[in-house]
Amino acid sequence: MISPMPPSLVFILGALFVPLFKGKAKGIYALFIPVISFISMMNMPEGAWWGFRFLEHNIVLYRHDKLSIFFGYIYHIIALISLIYSLHVKGNLHFMASIIYAGSALGVVFAGDFISLFVFWEIMALAATSLVWDAGTKESYGAGFRYLLFHLLGGLFLLAGIVITVLETGSVEFNYIGLKGLGSWLIFIGFGINCAWPGLHTWIPDAYPNTTPAGGVFMWTFTTKTAIYTLARGFPGAEPLIWIGATMTVFPIFFAVVENNLRRVLSYSLINQLGYMVCGIGIGTTLSLNGTISHVFCHILYKALLVMSMGAVIYRTGKINCTDLGGLYKSMPITAVLCIIGAMSISAFPLFNGFVSKAMVVDAAGQGAMVMIWFMLMFASVGVLEHAGIKVPFHAFFAHDSGIRTKEAPLHMLIAMGVTAFLCIFTGVFPSFLYALLPYPVNFEPYTAAHVVTTMQLLSFGAFAYIVLVKYGIFPAEMRATNLDVDWFYRRLGRLFVRLCEGPLTALREAISGFSSHVVNASIKFATDPLLVPELIIKGAQVGIYKALSNQENQRSQERLQRLEAKLEHLRSLKATGRYYGTEMPRRPLGVGVLISFGLIFFYIVIYMWVTS
Amino acid sequence: MSNNPYGDSPKKASRLFTIFCVYLAILLIAEFFIHKHSYFPWEDITFFYALYGFIAFVFMILFAKHILRPLIKRKEDYYD
Repeated sequence: MISPMPPSLVFILGALFVPLFKGKAKGIYALFIPVISFISMMNMPEGAWWGFRFLEHNIVLYRHDKLSIFFGYIYHIIALISLIYSLHVKGNLHFMASIIYAGSALGVVFAGDFISLFVFWEIMALAATSLVWDAGTKESYGAGFRYLLFHLLGGLFLLAGIVITVLETGSVEFNYIGLKGLGSWLIFIGFGINCAWPGLHTWIPDAYPNTTPAGGVFMWTFTTKTAIYTLARGFPGAEPLIWIGATMTVFPIFFAVVENNLRRVLSYSLINQLGYMVCGIGIGTTLSLNGTISHVFCHILYKALLVMSMGAVIYRTGKINCTDLGGLYKSMPITAVLCIIGAMSISAFPLFNGFVSKAMVVDAAGQGAMVMIWFMLMFASVGVLEHAGIKVPFHAFFAHDSGIRTKEAPLHMLIAMGVTAFLCIFTGVFPSFLYALLPYPVNFEPYTAAHVVTTMQLLSFGAFAYIVLVKYGIFPAEMRATNLDVDWFYRRLGRLFVRLCEGPLTALREAISGFSSHVVNASIKFATDPLLVPELIIKGAQVGIYKALSNQENQRSQERLQRLEAKLEHLRSLKATGRYYGTEMPRRPLGVGVLISFGLIFFYIVIYMWVTS
Repeated sequence: MSNNPYGDSPKKASRLFTIFCVYLAILLIAEFFIHKHSYFPWEDITFFYALYGFIAFVFMILFAKHILRPLIKRKEDYYD
């Protein structure tokens, strides 16, 4: 029996062997990795394992408690589903990047200390960037760089915060941190960048829509939910999170309304859903934390389902804009049905899994008598219905017929989507299976008559409003456009910085390099003929003195003066080229120069030691 | 090209719309037979959720159409 290994190591080591397999075997091999890792995870008891000492600190690679194992379950499920969905991919990069990405996310989730957490955090950023670049398009190239910049910045915040915190507490253990002091705030912001807080969110709608269909499923899952995990462990009940979360639920829905690219719509939808989770962490009661964590589970499933169905549309048609799509239900009926299941789940209709998790967070806001927050969350629920519930399936599969006729999605994609859709409905109908896994005891019943009726009213009358607005031509038409986001400011700043480099900074550099090359040239000239300058001075002085003192009528002295002046002229003419120009110089081997340098350094050290002793 | 929510056959669509309206009516009537566990007083207003759903949706669309879109919409090749 092999001793159980932490999932992160199984994934990352497993990824290294991907290139050994060719063709279909590559995908099949990849499927074994999450399965083996899952078995290994189930064989490890609760507690801290795989610990060792590093720089006088205790590193724990595998901390198994109720919170981390919950993320372990859903990450394994979604990794397996995403890899099934990837079976058509041929390249090594996709499999290696995505498996390492999933493995490093598992590494963060199971890390018991800040050091291994940070290492996995950075591996995650690099693997995700590779996954963006794997698309190989011009857009993905730029988006990958912007993604990387954002996450390296976030990593720096995190690192600075960790260093300060560890110096203050003397321990690298990662547990409840709470908002106290600079170190904790820096960690908070570091987590927040990966969690797409308002204003720090632009990498999601920028990079995610530019990934490959299969790469996207991984992207939409891991980075952000890992940040939710770290916030849930480090900062439960941190009050700023309530407002940050509520803002995140509301602002993206407006952007999603006017967006044409359906995967960008799903990117804004991701931020909106993360808002519920962040808000739940901020409220910090057992109900809200349970709500956040179960919402992670449900959200990963239905968002993956939506992303996979849109990926299948791209895979078959090469298009993703509302203005280019429509009527695809005729060609891809199964994908259409599965997409609708995802849409119903995210909209939180009863019997779908969004209903059983989102309600906990909204209820927690109600229990806490948070009036404004409650209104924002309810408003956002209607927004979800608009962009994820109606817009995504409607514009891809129905709406006006685009005339595109293609094939149904390939079998492996249908299997991946089918399993996910089954899980969405299963956890929606039998929430007790999900609630049993939650870290805190659950005292919540989603299927009360009042809850079902009020939710149905909210959603159905939202849908009714949609029909009315479309009927009277008020609903905004989809348009081909680039919609700006706050990254406009970042890009502006970036361009300003480039202009600053090109203008004033380049001029300064040229001035400095001009001056220093002047100095260098002068010293070369001086070094090739150090005696020339003193000779010139002496000769010049000699000529001057002689001129002043000599008798102008004396022929001999005049001749002498002329000879001196000729010599001076000769020396002056040498100034440009040096005296030895064109002549054979005595040369020493390089070694002699090195030896002399060593001698001088030795001499310097002796003096230094003598002075300081 | 318009967004025609009625699909390909207008007849079938108008029948669907009628069914939808009946369903909405049932939802409204159902409210009289349930006991709400309200956290806030306004939750007890009859049809509060239905009204909020409708108004929120309309507000969201109008805001996005008339305020956000003019602000952020640029040509498709804006960043190229």
